[in-house]
Amino acid sequence: MNTFLFELKEGLLISLRAIRANKVRSALTIFGIVIGITAVVLMSTAIKGIDNAFQKGVSSLGSDNLYIDKWEWFNNDTPWWELRNRKNLNLEDFEKYKELAQLPLAAAPTVWSNQTVKHKDHNVESIIIQGTNEEYINTTNLSFDEGRFFNELESSGGRQVAVLGFEVAKNLFPNGNAINQDVKIKGHKFKVVGVLSEQGSWVMGNFNPDKQVFTPIQNVFKYFHSEWFRSVTINIRARNSQMVEATKEEAIGIMRRVRGLKYNEANDFSINQQEGLLNTINETVGVIQIAGLFITGLSLFVGAVGIMNIMFVSVKERTKEIGIRKAIGAKRRTILGQFITESAIICLFGGIVGLIMAVILSMVVNQFLPTSVQVDSVVLAIVISIATGVISGFAPAYTAAKLDPVEALRYE
Amino acid sequence: MNIINIEHIAKIYQVGSEEVHALRDVSLDIHKGEYVAIMGPSGSGKSTLMNILGCLDTPTHGIYNFKSVNVSQMNDNELANIRNKEIGFVFQTFNLLPRSDALHNVELPLIYAGIPSHERKDKAREALEHVGLSDRIHHRPNELSGGQRQRVAIARALVTSPAIILADEPTGNLDTKTGEDIMALFNEIYGLGNTIILVTHEEYIAEHAERIIRIRDGMIENDENVSNRYIPQKNGSSKL
Repeated sequence: MNTFLFELKEGLLISLRAIRANKVRSALTIFGIVIGITAVVLMSTAIKGIDNAFQKGVSSLGSDNLYIDKWEWFNNDTPWWELRNRKNLNLEDFEKYKELAQLPLAAAPTVWSNQTVKHKDHNVESIIIQGTNEEYINTTNLSFDEGRFFNELESSGGRQVAVLGFEVAKNLFPNGNAINQDVKIKGHKFKVVGVLSEQGSWVMGNFNPDKQVFTPIQNVFKYFHSEWFRSVTINIRARNSQMVEATKEEAIGIMRRVRGLKYNEANDFSINQQEGLLNTINETVGVIQIAGLFITGLSLFVGAVGIMNIMFVSVKERTKEIGIRKAIGAKRRTILGQFITESAIICLFGGIVGLIMAVILSMVVNQFLPTSVQVDSVVLAIVISIATGVISGFAPAYTAAKLDPVEALRYE
Repeated sequence: MNIINIEHIAKIYQVGSEEVHALRDVSLDIHKGEYVAIMGPSGSGKSTLMNILGCLDTPTHGIYNFKSVNVSQMNDNELANIRNKEIGFVFQTFNLLPRSDALHNVELPLIYAGIPSHERKDKAREALEHVGLSDRIHHRPNELSGGQRQRVAIARALVTSPAIILADEPTGNLDTKTGEDIMALFNEIYGLGNTIILVTHEEYIAEHAERIIRIRDGMIENDENVSNRYIPQKNGSSKL
């Protein structure tokens, strides 16, 4: 053990000397590793960032939520035309469900329409207008920057009121004070009663609440499209996560009754859950991870080949030095250790520089995608860079170790 | 006491399809405290003999006993160990590590011998003092003259207190005056009771030795004791 430590320490010192003696070449050599490690760290950080964003987006749906819909959201098995041929859900179905359901904390119908929203000179296009009722807010975790959600009276009366998502409000009212102002949707005036606070779950695309406008459901049917045009989705929130399954079972039972299904008929509706979305997201993130791993692996591999190449050149160039060392008593193992250590240290330097670059770059990337370099990616980078050094240094070091001292001394 | 005993050694190289007999049949004994010069023209086999004597190479046939241990069949690592502890090399081209200072160059064999840092630094300093370079310990080879470089190499050879010092044309890259200085240093070292084997093709260099072995065509042509111009006192009265 002591001899091992002694040799390791001396090997390190000798390697550091050799690296210092060949500064320019060592610097060029680490360049490949710097790029490789930067790629690895950035990629792992980015993947984590994407994953976090997805998870955040999903959790903004609420884990205790169920969605009764004509469509199966994360469908793998049922052919789409079967889904299409299902009868639309309508408000009547919702009313019946609501009457019979005992378990949910809240339930609200939703139907959407894609519209342009205007206020004076400002307008935002492709906004999802969610038609719903006052209960909707209780099926979500949404909170308000200003104002409130529309109430039961406004909802049942089909009043022309609107609640704006954060981004919609920001674009239409850059100076704030949206409350009690009018917005125009398809030529109809709606009074703003509330502005949601920022959700920031960009992965949800247009289904991000930041980019939505909420209004009583009758308004959608009255002004944007007729009731039969699009199926209603019933948003349900269970009382707690233990109740999700029971609430789901109840919903299936009620909906079968509501839809008048015989015992041998299959459900003509689907109960969707965040879980399905999670599975889809995990699959997607998995694919991104594999692709990322492959690409970064490739760049590291190129870096490693570079190191190996330079180490071979270095061994050739230092043949005489190796001869001298062997003549005065260096064993094969010592020479092998010296060159592997040298390669590992060069790679470690490369790894550290790469890490620093990755931290700087991730600050830039952070403007678009929330990321941060985690401790585990730092450890990963250091371990990978040392391992790269050892692996790519082995073949050249072995060549050096088995040089014949007589031949090596004669080399000029 | 015999330090070196070789019996009927031969070294055959395979060059293409041809066998080259670098050494044919050489037997020889070298005792402790001897100063031996090995002479011969180029191609005579003297370099091959030196490589074998220095445990850098092994003979194809024959037996080489070093301090009564048969080293002719040893593997690389065992030979490295012998070279490290028992043999001090001095080369024609000095063979110092160019980017390391004098101290580190002298220290190197002690590193491979596993001597702790402070101890080997002391020993290396002492050896450099011994060869008159105490004011040059942090100079690199390119900051030293040829004679100084060879002194560093001699310090490196001495630092492990080896059983033999093997010098291969030690003055070959030096001018006559510096060469004489180096030979004087060898005389001093010899005077301290060291065993020196000098390989050279120059008569006047070989004349420093007590015994001259002449090699030709891979055989010993002549082996004789000669009188020195400078006879050091071997009984310890001439301390450096």
